[in-house]
Amino acid sequence: MNTTKRQSFIKSPVGKKILTGITGLGLVIFVIEHMSGNLILMLEGSDAYNAYAHFLEGLGPILYLLELGLLAFFVFHIVLGINIWLGKRRARTHRYVKYRSAGKPSMQSPSSRSMIITGGILLVFLVIHLVSFKFGPGGPLHADPAYVTTVKGEVMRDLSKLVLEKFHHPAYAFGYPIVMLLLGVHLRHGIWSAFQSLGATNPRLTPGLYALGGLLALLIALGFLVLPLWIYFGGAA
Amino acid sequence: MAKKTMTIHLKIWRQAGPDASGRLVDYTVEANPHMSFLEMLDVLNEDLIKKGEEPVEFDYDCREGICGSCGVVVDGIAHGPQHRTAVCQLHMRHYRDGDTIVVEPWRAEAFPVIRDLVVDRGAFDRIISAGGYVSVNTGSAQDANNLPVPKPNADQAFDYAACIGCGACVAACPNASASLFTAAKIAHLALLPQGSPERQLRVERMVSQMQVEGFGDCSNHAECEAVCPKGISISAIARMRREYVKACLAGG
Ligand code: HEM
Ligand code: FES
Repeated sequence: MNTTKRQSFIKSPVGKKILTGITGLGLVIFVIEHMSGNLILMLEGSDAYNAYAHFLEGLGPILYLLELGLLAFFVFHIVLGINIWLGKRRARTHRYVKYRSAGKPSMQSPSSRSMIITGGILLVFLVIHLVSFKFGPGGPLHADPAYVTTVKGEVMRDLSKLVLEKFHHPAYAFGYPIVMLLLGVHLRHGIWSAFQSLGATNPRLTPGLYALGGLLALLIALGFLVLPLWIYFGGAA
Repeated sequence: MAKKTMTIHLKIWRQAGPDASGRLVDYTVEANPHMSFLEMLDVLNEDLIKKGEEPVEFDYDCREGICGSCGVVVDGIAHGPQHRTAVCQLHMRHYRDGDTIVVEPWRAEAFPVIRDLVVDRGAFDRIISAGGYVSVNTGSAQDANNLPVPKPNADQAFDYAACIGCGACVAACPNASASLFTAAKIAHLALLPQGSPERQLRVERMVSQMQVEGFGDCSNHAECEAVCPKGISISAIARMRREYVKACLAGG
């Protein structure tokens, strides 16, 4: 692909969708991985959780590369999402006095209409989340002897302690589940939509894909929101 | 004896010209339930002309759902609440005596209002000119059965070819995207051997023209399929995206 092609791909209405779709699905894979990691704390306890986080840190350059890729996916996804939203506002400056969906086979839903809102909230959440945990006490740029532990003779960050502390605050314990429900709302339309954006659908596949996308969105939201609630209501004690 | 006509209250978008500001104006009309929606508007216009007022401008030609000229947004839905019909095929019997109906033009920057309910759909013509055709050399006519087309492809191509270019897809799309219109043409021609030689250029040019015209991007709401008088499936859009990727990969 030469340079002019690459530029026109990212500016093209179809190229943009393909990239939002790829980055969206990449982020879905990431959140599933992240969710499974979190559940270790609930299912196997603090030591296993800390050991898992330590293992990830131990990947060193591989982890940095993955993080860089993840960052790129987020940046592309967000920039394109905002670009598509701005473009649609320009494409109809004069709104309808009365507008409603014609119903099936339309897939327009509160979820599909609110991608920019749920996405925007996720973006704000992401910053708070990274500051609270990844770059929180005991993390990079924030050494803190209170958040160090030893598991099977190995010294490592006590991430579990931080997580348990945070989710004893009602703001975290209840704020997180709300945001995770909104992630579910984003993905209710998002997962199906990404496949359609990649051209990987046909009329026979679509209903099943839409249903499975919704189910996966629900499972992801639930998988994330049980942990804060479990901790707040004393499950970890 | 029961009343044979029905009283319909209308709120119609009136706009004197492209640069004028418009507004909804209230009218009341006595319609016969067997009339089509456009015939009901004809009755209104006759009343207006008799009163010396300007009639409401609206587009139409065939009035049998095949030309794609007509199209207004009826109570928030392009071509009205009945699926798979153009507004010329919507009949007043679906309404009740005393109903109020809001009538607006297609709204998109790429479809500027000319007057009242008439919009300029020239953007669609320019998308077609960009690549929605097959080039044929002049000379002696080819034998009709020279190019075999597998039956499933022919059927599917026909489903996409059913597009009448009315613009309802754009009007209904929350993003004012022309993806279904453009994709229907691309998918139709991509399925046929006649369309194959130019498929790569076609998808690149038509997609870029779509953007030049100022249509929004598709967010896969699928509202277009629900209002399309021909029920064209958004699978056309999926196919357009596959065509686009193939063209990019082949383009080197
Ligand atoms: C955990 C994070 C996220 C995941 C897993 C995710 C996932 C997805 C997926 C799968 C899609 C569908 C892509 C498509 O239609 O082709 C999507 C669309 C979208 N995302 Fe996200 N997303 C995330 C975060 C964000 C953020 C932070 C924003 C910020 C603004 C955002 C804004 C959007 C928008 C506006 C769309 C709709 C694009 C369109 O209209 O076609 N997303 N997302
Ligand atoms: S007037 Fe021809 S389709 Fe309605």
